[in-house]
Amino acid sequence: MKAPSSLYTWSVAALGTLILPWHMQQDGVALGGLMALGQADPEAASALWQAIAHGRFWFWPVLAALALALPGALPFGSAARRAGFLLAGAGLGLAAIVSQGLAIGVQGWSTPWLTAMFGELGDRQFGVGLGGTLAFAGFVLLLTDGLALRGFFRGDRFVSGAVGVLVASIILFTAWPVTTVLSQMFTPRGDLSTAAALADRLFDQKIWGLSCVAANVNCGVFWNTLLLATSTASAATLLGLCFALIVTRTGFPLRRGLRLLTVLPIITPPFVIGLGLILIFGRSGVVNQLAEAMFGLELGRWIYGFNGVFLAQVFSFTPTAFLVLIGVVEGISPTMEEASQTLRASRMRTFSSVTLPLMVPGLANAWLVVFVESLADFGNPIVLGGSFGVLSTEIFFAVVGAQQDFGRAAVLAAVMLVVALVAFMVQRAVVGTRSYVSMTGKGDVGLPQPLPRRVKAVAFAVAIPWALLTIIVYTMALAGAFVRVWGRDWTPTLSHFQRAFALEWAPSGALIFAGGAWHSLFTTIQLAAVAAPLTAGLGLLAAWVLTRQRFAGRTALEFALMLTFAVPGTVIGVAYILTYNIPPLEITGTATILVVCFVFRNLPVGVRSGVAAMSQLDKSLDEAAVTLRASTFRAIRTVVLPLLKPAIVTALVYSFVRAMTTVSAVIFLVSAEYEMATVFIINRVINGDYGLAIAYCAVLIVLMMTAIGLINLLVGRRRLGRRQAAPPALPAGGRA
Amino acid sequence: MSHAIAKPGAEVRLQGIGKRYGAVQAVKPLDLTIEGGTLVTLLGPSGCGKTTLLRMIAGLEQATDGRLFIGGRDVTLLPAGARNVSMVFQSYALFPHMSVLDNVAYGLVSSGMRKRDAHGRAETALETVGLKGFGSRLPSEMSGGQQQRVAVARALVLEPEVLLFDEPLSNLDARLRRSMREEIRALQQRLGLTVVYVTHDQSEALAVSDRIVVMRNAEIAQAGTPEELYSQPNSVFVATFMGEANRVPGRIESIDGDRARVALGGLVLDLPARGLPAGPVDIVIRPEAVRVSAAEPGALPARVARATYMGSHAECHFETEVGSVFVVAPRGAARLRPGAEVGLVLDPEGVVLVAP
Repeated sequence: MKAPSSLYTWSVAALGTLILPWHMQQDGVALGGLMALGQADPEAASALWQAIAHGRFWFWPVLAALALALPGALPFGSAARRAGFLLAGAGLGLAAIVSQGLAIGVQGWSTPWLTAMFGELGDRQFGVGLGGTLAFAGFVLLLTDGLALRGFFRGDRFVSGAVGVLVASIILFTAWPVTTVLSQMFTPRGDLSTAAALADRLFDQKIWGLSCVAANVNCGVFWNTLLLATSTASAATLLGLCFALIVTRTGFPLRRGLRLLTVLPIITPPFVIGLGLILIFGRSGVVNQLAEAMFGLELGRWIYGFNGVFLAQVFSFTPTAFLVLIGVVEGISPTMEEASQTLRASRMRTFSSVTLPLMVPGLANAWLVVFVESLADFGNPIVLGGSFGVLSTEIFFAVVGAQQDFGRAAVLAAVMLVVALVAFMVQRAVVGTRSYVSMTGKGDVGLPQPLPRRVKAVAFAVAIPWALLTIIVYTMALAGAFVRVWGRDWTPTLSHFQRAFALEWAPSGALIFAGGAWHSLFTTIQLAAVAAPLTAGLGLLAAWVLTRQRFAGRTALEFALMLTFAVPGTVIGVAYILTYNIPPLEITGTATILVVCFVFRNLPVGVRSGVAAMSQLDKSLDEAAVTLRASTFRAIRTVVLPLLKPAIVTALVYSFVRAMTTVSAVIFLVSAEYEMATVFIINRVINGDYGLAIAYCAVLIVLMMTAIGLINLLVGRRRLGRRQAAPPALPAGGRA
Repeated sequence: MSHAIAKPGAEVRLQGIGKRYGAVQAVKPLDLTIEGGTLVTLLGPSGCGKTTLLRMIAGLEQATDGRLFIGGRDVTLLPAGARNVSMVFQSYALFPHMSVLDNVAYGLVSSGMRKRDAHGRAETALETVGLKGFGSRLPSEMSGGQQQRVAVARALVLEPEVLLFDEPLSNLDARLRRSMREEIRALQQRLGLTVVYVTHDQSEALAVSDRIVVMRNAEIAQAGTPEELYSQPNSVFVATFMGEANRVPGRIESIDGDRARVALGGLVLDLPARGLPAGPVDIVIRPEAVRVSAAEPGALPARVARATYMGSHAECHFETEVGSVFVVAPRGAARLRPGAEVGLVLDPEGVVLVAP
């Protein structure tokens, strides 16, 4: 059998190189502008025409690469010969596109040494557009086709293409920006040389200072962040454990209600808790007002600073720890505890010598998850931090503040990145040793032991007040939307909603979205809706490649992917504006950058639900499809995807919801045209306009609860993927 | 009866085929030729590499060494779908969201056949395996044996040059396993298929195979017809894997042509030498090749350790000067009392020499 031709892929590259306008067009592309061959304006011309008519010699290598790849794309000749042409052509093409893009910017040669070497260029180019993008994608796929022809990836072009797409996107949208931001550390500042500037930034007292130990001043942001993350992680893990024990090991009648807590962090915009705390403990908060009215006490601003951020984070992340720990507690085999009991251990001894030690790796995992969340958190510190700076907020102020010091932002980002990566490595090591948590499904019968009385008492004493507090915080936060001015004028009102979401009828009868929030809400929904399918698609593809395929470098790919998930949002935000502000990929201020950011920030959601669903799906199902002559693509389309429907819907909705609530990275990337809901809210909060902010949050929460409720209705608890391993007993009349 | 399925099976030739996962050698490079139209079993304990070998033939794993030919064509680098093979999976791998008919027609539709024609062919294939009229059911609505047959029909309908079975009967109960293996064997002989069949059950292998390939530690321990493997194992491993066997130490006193004079305790036996040199040797004695008699010259003196009544026969353990010997004897032997002195007479048919 002849290996199929790569002509389609080649045509994509050719279309991008020969016909379409290579560069991004300022005012978008009209239909006529698509035919960019023969354009008088060099910026609107295709690569071919720019090279021929406008003397832009640097496109000749790209064109040559295209020609070189052609013999490989045609279905003639031996596989080895074709692979050679494809690899050479596509490799040259990618190298040519990347190096010309990086070498020539808006001001000619982009680095001094290039100018020194070749002299002034006298020409310039802007960011790549439709043509360049298609050409790049085409060359990537030609390269993977070539690799498949060479016999890599078991000769499977689809797998090889999927891996190529994943690798290319990791490089383009994580590795490159992160490298860029890190390299900013080394840019000279003022009269300081590179090394001196780096040292100055790196050993800044504001980062590492420990003077707070001795005197009553603020410590460096590094220590602040570390202290905050450690305290939050410890408190949230403890609370989460209490909740998990109550839910899984007691007969508490409201267990189901407690489980609902786990949904909260998903649907809560990041500053609802902060706002709720301000409304309770802030200067004009309920508690302060009561204290003043009843006892004449002035409680002051204690909520602003470490106390407030800590409290808010514990409220925010306890559900996360709870979610992780439910799995841990349920994963402990009751048989172990029964064995312990038959060996005459008391309940307390069983708990302390068997149950708890078995949970240690799980507890460590939960602790680290919360630690990383706290580290990356931006919403709570920005609302409640006051003068208590943490890394994420300091990065923000270094970029948007009066100082505009990207070097400082880069150093802070590097510190944050290192902390996050260390936590990630530790977590991997911890989870890797979890082997003795028995989940074999074999002989795991037995009843979980009831908790020892003392442990039970502690769990209830800790968890129930906390649950009540959480409810109070949420209620207060939402109640704030319905009074005129919290703390001063308690008149019930809907005016905040009206300011945000007013609808008016124009004299002509048309509907006018007059409220101030409509624009950002529509933008958010639109962009989240665009990002969701991309996230789900890419995430499931990655999950499929990682769980179902075996190829050289799979572990490396998995590791790289996991690593990109460990990069904190704030770092990504800074990295994106620094990288995509200038050609070759000039997408700052566009909707594209926001969509890209959503996709890569939320990719873990897609990957995780994909991996979970796929591990329930017997691997021999897709192997069967492949041996039945289905192409890999057809096997995915007709077998894997239909069986994964619930996972797809889940990934879609969760990536949509998360795109709507994210703030850390997005806050750097919004523009006047593309403003996001969360950023709109945070600006209201910063201006002290709590009423409107809360009203908006309430609308978001309702919107997302609806979305999640809808999928639970649609997907429900359907068990499509499970194949019965044992022959089921057949209803009467079935046997042949 | 089935005009749809009538292509003589092709020869499969493995030339130095091997598979490494990093440092682990799952299959050491090996040569093997499977003649067209025969059923060859890959037999071995779990982890011996037999399934990996099968999956390499299927194209689900890529060999890291060697070349693979099917019907004379080099398919080493071809993906599974481009090889003319099909496979019946251990778990059947029936698509749970498709009807039985859609399952069986899946491969045909994948190859570009029109759905209506494919369904017609699928009906025929279902008829071949005795499931006419079951097309509209979902796999979950069928019994284990029926699912197994659907899996076979789905593989057959493509008229593959080679049909692969990966422990196809391991999910069935003992009785059904026996009848299904006869069905598979009958089908294979009727259609002249080339079949490669993986199992770890030696009685299943003996019952269905033209040839058996016993694997151990990622390589071939011995290959041959069922009878060869049972009566002339080349190692203690193969001997014990192919059925119950006693292994006792002996000594080749002298060689005369292809016969050897072997000392077993006080006895001297005349057995095929099988190319072994004089010196210590292992003697494999099948339990059914021993007759229990009175202590007499020419018999191995033995003392009864225990005798168990098994219904159709008796299982006896004896202590002898060369070690303990297990014997399957007529049921009357169950009356032997522990401690009684007897003699064991060996039937040369069930006694074979192997290298120590």
